[in-house]
Amino acid sequence: MSMTSFIIRRLWQMLPTLLGVMLLIFLLFNWVGGDPAYILAGKVSDPALIASIRKQLGIDQSYLVQFWVFIKQVFTFDLGRSWSTNELVSHILLTRLGPTLTLLIPVLLLETIIAVGCAMLVAYVRGSLTDRIVMMCCTVAMSISFLVYIIVFQWLFGFKLGWFPVQGWTNSFWVNLSHYAPLPILLAILVDVAPSLRLYRSFILDELHHDYVRTARAKGLTEKNIMLKHVLRNAAIPIVTNVASGLPSALVGLFLLEFFFSIPGLGREMVVAVSNSDFPVIKAVTVYLAVFTMVVNLLVDLLYRWLDPRVAYK
Amino acid sequence: MNNTNTLTTDLVRHDSAGLWRLAWRRLRQDKVAIASLCVVTIFAVMMIASYMGLIASHWNAEVAPSYAPPSLHAVTNVANTKVVGIANPQAGPPVDISDIDPLAPRYQEWKERTANIAHEQTQHATSLILGADKWGHDILSKTIKGSEVSISVGILAAFLAVVVGTLLGAVGGYFGGVLDDTLEWFYNIFTSIPYILLILAVAAVFSRGFVTIVLILGLTSWTSVYRLVRAEYMKHSERAYVRAAEALGASHTSRMFKHILPNISHVMLVQYSRYVVDAIKAEVILSFLGLGIPVDMVSWGSILAETQEEVVIGKWSQIIAAGGSMAILVTAISMLTDALRDALDPKLNE
Repeated sequence: MSMTSFIIRRLWQMLPTLLGVMLLIFLLFNWVGGDPAYILAGKVSDPALIASIRKQLGIDQSYLVQFWVFIKQVFTFDLGRSWSTNELVSHILLTRLGPTLTLLIPVLLLETIIAVGCAMLVAYVRGSLTDRIVMMCCTVAMSISFLVYIIVFQWLFGFKLGWFPVQGWTNSFWVNLSHYAPLPILLAILVDVAPSLRLYRSFILDELHHDYVRTARAKGLTEKNIMLKHVLRNAAIPIVTNVASGLPSALVGLFLLEFFFSIPGLGREMVVAVSNSDFPVIKAVTVYLAVFTMVVNLLVDLLYRWLDPRVAYK
Repeated sequence: MNNTNTLTTDLVRHDSAGLWRLAWRRLRQDKVAIASLCVVTIFAVMMIASYMGLIASHWNAEVAPSYAPPSLHAVTNVANTKVVGIANPQAGPPVDISDIDPLAPRYQEWKERTANIAHEQTQHATSLILGADKWGHDILSKTIKGSEVSISVGILAAFLAVVVGTLLGAVGGYFGGVLDDTLEWFYNIFTSIPYILLILAVAAVFSRGFVTIVLILGLTSWTSVYRLVRAEYMKHSERAYVRAAEALGASHTSRMFKHILPNISHVMLVQYSRYVVDAIKAEVILSFLGLGIPVDMVSWGSILAETQEEVVIGKWSQIIAAGGSMAILVTAISMLTDALRDALDPKLNE
């Protein structure tokens, strides 16, 4: 099958999933979530006010009409206004993306490089005491709550040593990157390296069983050469696809850091929206991130086939 | 003749070590696994004792002054707390004016009350291994009580996820066809929304509470066990032993749950223990954000939520207690999971 028909088929398959996601979100917020008019009107429920809010939100219509309106909203990128700040939801999404990316891109790059480097070293000395100690440390490091890391390091570097500002954010990209972002980035890397290291080590060890490694050894290449030139290149396939497919969840995955460091990113917006019952924002973030996830999954599949031409377009 | 033959083979089969006994034999050799198992058992016993009210039932009693430091000596605490009340309640006004003093009838009552206050304070002061929090609660009891919520959320949510995932995976993998396609559609929907986002979105809709958080975590994380179980059922439903069961007249349900399920239960167990870790971690974060348990309950997450401001003023007891116990438990479960996986499937290790 050619690449084009593969893409078309995958895009076609995305439609029912997208419909399902919208249905799930719709059911969750328009049906399970109760009458939003009561949430908006607050504790005092004046029937006239409730009726007017219901009319304004369009929830006095049948569920079928409401669902159709929701679908139209999603496709026209017009999800109304936030219930708590009255800001346009589309504007919220676009402006919150910048700070998140300012954190996310350095985190992903540095974390991957560090994790792959350490994984190579650990895999090189596999089975040794060092290997076992590093793996043990990873398990322990993964068991400590992210909250503990943030609280302790914010205190240590922010308050005690004063190397970084405790929290804050400005409009200038460079000030943010040089001033406010380093501590959250450091923390994210610190926490993410352990699980990635474990995973990448297993990817690399998987490669070592293959015939080409035996061939390389047989023709007298050094172990270092084999690891760097042959194994790393092959292990890079699962590593790259893993990083790429983790991208959508990473966009909101930094929500705790954004929350602690008052960074106006997508994750913090989500947490704030959840605690304020700001349904339009939650709906928008969820739908568009689901779409993004589907697109990324398709791209990852293509990337995988590009990196490893043995995989056919089935 | 024929009869005795089947009898002996039956006996032999019963005597041969099954998957579980072999796994247990392997697990026993693994010192790390046994140590982890001990730690998990200790936490489980602690949780059950706390649930039955044997320990830490008075976690929300004020037993010490605010932020009392960790100590084993009750005396210092008594000295601190006794100051509360009137310095010398016997004294009264310097001259006897009881006939014109409008407050005179109440002196006696106040004196008694003062004595009572002092008395209660003396009773409250105990040895505090981990000190007290902002409200004078014993941190040790609070952490033990917190483990109750955190661990039981982990156990129950993981159980729910495994049950849902197994049922759907079994149905999809065994029957295939339209049923399987529908379930795959479901799976695709749930996996296209990033896990954290799904949890937050569901938490936004439901009110806070213990049952809610179990439902949220259980119903959002069934996907990976579904995938594994579905693949196993697809593989097993074609195997000879299932065909034999069919030939003997076993119903679909019987084939699915009596014949196939025991053969894949090790996959479920390993996945269950992974889910417990994930659920404990997620509960801590949800409760920290105020989306988990209600305010009158305590969990490791709600304790950690208090520590953010405490660390700044140099009070480390709570973060060490709650963060530490969670780290110890989760490390133990993770190591046990790895050991279980190796013990149940020794081929993986090579």
